[in-house]
Amino acid sequence: MTFRTIALLSSLLLLTACSATSGTWGWYVIDPTTDNGWTNIRFLIRGFTSTIQISVLAAVASIIIGLLVALPAFAQNRWLRLPNRIYVEFIRAIPLLPMLFWVFYGLPVVMRGMGISISIDPFWGAVITLALSDSAFTAEIFRAGIQAVPRGQAEAAQTIGLSRAKAMRYVILPQAVRRILPPLANQFIYIVKMSAFASVIGMQELTRRANELVVTEYRPLEIYTLLILEYLVLVLIISAGVRWLERRMGAGESR
Amino acid sequence: MTGVSKWYGDFQVLRDISLTVEVGEKLVICGPSGSGKSTVVRLLAGLEAHQEGDIHLQGGTMDAQRPGDIGMVFQSFNLFPHLSVLDNLTLGPVKALGLSRAEAEERACAYLDRVRIPEQADKRPAQLSGGQQQRVAIARALCMEPKLMLFDEPTSALDPEMIAEVLEVMEDLAADGMTMICVTHEMGFARRVADRIAFMDAGEIVEIGAPEQAFKAPKSERFALFLDKILKH
Repeated sequence: MTFRTIALLSSLLLLTACSATSGTWGWYVIDPTTDNGWTNIRFLIRGFTSTIQISVLAAVASIIIGLLVALPAFAQNRWLRLPNRIYVEFIRAIPLLPMLFWVFYGLPVVMRGMGISISIDPFWGAVITLALSDSAFTAEIFRAGIQAVPRGQAEAAQTIGLSRAKAMRYVILPQAVRRILPPLANQFIYIVKMSAFASVIGMQELTRRANELVVTEYRPLEIYTLLILEYLVLVLIISAGVRWLERRMGAGESR
Repeated sequence: MTGVSKWYGDFQVLRDISLTVEVGEKLVICGPSGSGKSTVVRLLAGLEAHQEGDIHLQGGTMDAQRPGDIGMVFQSFNLFPHLSVLDNLTLGPVKALGLSRAEAEERACAYLDRVRIPEQADKRPAQLSGGQQQRVAIARALCMEPKLMLFDEPTSALDPEMIAEVLEVMEDLAADGMTMICVTHEMGFARRVADRIAFMDAGEIVEIGAPEQAFKAPKSERFALFLDKILKH
């Protein structure tokens, strides 16, 4: 089904593009039957490695940070809840591109000022930025998911002697995770797409490679069309994976 | 429980409640909705805080209780939907009492037997009927081997044909000498099981006494009116 969808969407995209720009297409740049075209395609496709690595690492980090940020939101003490609000409001307000510049160019300076000498390469710069930026949203998703678990669950956990932490761990979170899987998947897709920004700090992922090829081949239309299709394939695979996961986790529970 | 008062904002839900329940006693609390009867039970379960007065269990304050010493059964069951029936029962003993998995399972099976559904251990709560779910909830509380069992309208969310099976389990429990405080409108149950029945209205215990007397000759007009309403149909 996934393969068919891709084929259908890509042919639709190509057809509209072709009819709108009749006569100006030059598919030879990515024609796999020619040597040059095949080399170009391989060059572009190798960007999947970095895009996938950056996205997966950033998503995992974002989920961990998001959970750690969300949990204090349920503290009884108002002062424990405050850091949660500050983090979410502050991080959420920073646009991704400026944050990327700040992490890549600014963070090493700050660290040096603190006596820690590190250099951040484009790969880790992208991972850190995407993880931080996304974690504010993940934290809110966790908070909403946890709040959606009925109060009676926490009360029942309390009456069988579980501490608040244990109730969270064994009763509330397992139920919350099931509820937040779809929005988390959304965020993952968002991360994959936003990883394209890593190209501006020199990361050779999908978008950067497309840009570099455009500079040498002067065929933006064809190359960017392929680029879009590359992201489409990636996102459709993620969607299929998430649906599989949802089915598996939902088994045996009808509520 | 002496001189307990509680407010929600400006609204006083409990007015100077004093109540003593002996070990092994069965107390039924009834009264119109909003009378504070659920609040009394929720205070005893430690689910809510009160502003005035003291609550003691066998000489100790509420904070000094071993986890699970006070068992609670809710109107809406509140079983853990993501766990099997067996895991619902073993969670408390394993995580709060530190029992081994095997000990906890043995105990769980014994109590499932007592609530007469040993064969449902591996199912999810959603696969059971309401009556079965409530019996699992009772077994879950019993697995903590509580000194006191609280019931907050345990049959109010059930279809009529399932009420009997839950009440039977509760009567068994009463016959075994468990100390029980039960908020319910099941007057048949109260008559058969309760040592005393308390009638609450507007945050006060209006009347408390043996059920036979209370039903035959309620002392207060409010209780008489209430009994008249719920016994008529």
